[in-house]
Amino acid sequence: MTTYALTDSWTMTRRELAHWARQPVQVVVNLVFPVMLLLMFGYLIGGGRGVQGSYIDYLLPGMLALTMAFGLEGTMIAVTQDLNKGVVDRFRSMPMANGAVLVGRSAADMLQSALALLVLMGVGYALGWRADGGPGAFLGAVGLLLLFRFAMLWIGIHLALVAGKPEMVQAVQILVWPIGFLSNALALPETMPDWLGTVVEWNPMSQTATAVRNLMGGTGTEHVGAAIVWPLLLLAVFFPLAVRRFARLSR
Amino acid sequence: MADATIIVEGARKKYGGKNGKNALDGLDLTVARGTVHGVLGPNGAGKTTLVRILSTLLRPDSGRVEVAGHDVVRQAYDVRLRIGLLGQHAAVDEELGGRQNLEMFGRLYHLGARHARVRADELLERFGLADTGRKPVKQYSGGMRRRLDLAASLITDPEVLFLDEPTTGLDPRGRAEVWSAVRSLVGGGTTVLLTTQYLEEADQLADRISVVDAGRVIADGTADELKALTGGDRIDVVLRDAGRLGAAAALLPVPKDDVSVDPDRRLLSAPVTDRMAALSGVVRALEEAGIEAEDIALRRPTLDEVFLHLTGREDRVKEAA
Repeated sequence: MTTYALTDSWTMTRRELAHWARQPVQVVVNLVFPVMLLLMFGYLIGGGRGVQGSYIDYLLPGMLALTMAFGLEGTMIAVTQDLNKGVVDRFRSMPMANGAVLVGRSAADMLQSALALLVLMGVGYALGWRADGGPGAFLGAVGLLLLFRFAMLWIGIHLALVAGKPEMVQAVQILVWPIGFLSNALALPETMPDWLGTVVEWNPMSQTATAVRNLMGGTGTEHVGAAIVWPLLLLAVFFPLAVRRFARLSR
Repeated sequence: MADATIIVEGARKKYGGKNGKNALDGLDLTVARGTVHGVLGPNGAGKTTLVRILSTLLRPDSGRVEVAGHDVVRQAYDVRLRIGLLGQHAAVDEELGGRQNLEMFGRLYHLGARHARVRADELLERFGLADTGRKPVKQYSGGMRRRLDLAASLITDPEVLFLDEPTTGLDPRGRAEVWSAVRSLVGGGTTVLLTTQYLEEADQLADRISVVDAGRVIADGTADELKALTGGDRIDVVLRDAGRLGAAAALLPVPKDDVSVDPDRRLLSAPVTDRMAALSGVVRALEEAGIEAEDIALRRPTLDEVFLHLTGREDRVKEAA
């Protein structure tokens, strides 16, 4: 059974890629959405209260982290749809590797997120954003972002398996906004009321955003530790929970 | 039964914890190799739960369940190698095309890329879907979707095929398509377990039928045996004048206790054995007695009547009346 784990996972990943080929518009919309947010916050809303230096250098890493956080709802929608359509029943009644359904989901979502980062950084570059920290630090920053996304992915899978209903997806879709904005992605916590600033600094997303800012800006490795530990902690909780939930579909 | 492909002994399944409802309540079932077995029952009888347990999607709380010589809990993988499943809802990827679906499932059965492709083409041809091209399944008609679903469950020529209400929601043409596909399979030696709400469907397809109610098998036999059990055909007579119901009931060629009377609808109903003789006999007797009938009809027992009869609820209704 395990000998097929890789091929089955690959088949399931290909399934997701085939969906992309079927819905190119959807794929583009998903990639353009973070760009839209970047432009909106960079130019229309004109935030960045208390930010020293260029706002784009502050904002872009924040938007990268925010995009990873918003990935949660994409994962949750996809898993919920699958569960409600009966095709997962067929997968589960077949002699295939059990986890391949979830692995395929993960691989496709990670790939989508990597693409989103690439597009967002491309647009950022055009707007004058530069990564000054050197290639090693840059890759480290991308690694932190993807690690954070990976944690969001498993939270998304778990929520989909727990809630399992399209109505719940809507609730999560609404909730990711305040949670995403309760971070330092767009503005400095120092400029907020004390209590709010504290909440914001504790948000795992803030740790990732700050660490990415430091690495990309060449201003040290502060918060990198926290940006590694937080996602790993979340994974330690939600990965086993999601896997157990999936196995318990047969209860 | 020595050559049993499906063995279910005392299967129990309860949903939703301690106070949940018993979906299966000590169900027993045996299906001989190479036969079609119908599981007939109303909504909520436990039919789908049974199929989900047999196809390893659900674990029974207790009892022994074996499919093709393997235990569905301890040897789920071995069972999965040998079964095909057609669930109540189309279990295919709606975004993809028919060929894409079958190729994907073929790969997941580990046929290898080329073999999966060849098999997909064969099945599309066989189920009349060869000209669907790249059209996504969500644009298929109900009947086409069902046929693709059936094709997907036959990729490996399974030893045992489970069909959970295969024609529910289909129009008559879609139903006939699925029926003929099922019939052609049986020739190949596949063992089929089929659930249905339709007496007629079980009658058309199944060698033996188990009637299920409240998670148990309450009757078991061939279609003819079951029909004999429920009294076979019935004759319904609607009178113009409710006042003559008593007089008309005495004219029917059956013992008075077997005639059910519904004054509100001015309706008499009774089981009959020889359809045509009963019909002409009743028409003549009513005419001679000068009782005017609005409608006289012969009909097969409905599923309701089968259940009322088998569960003994009919008696309770009569007593209450």
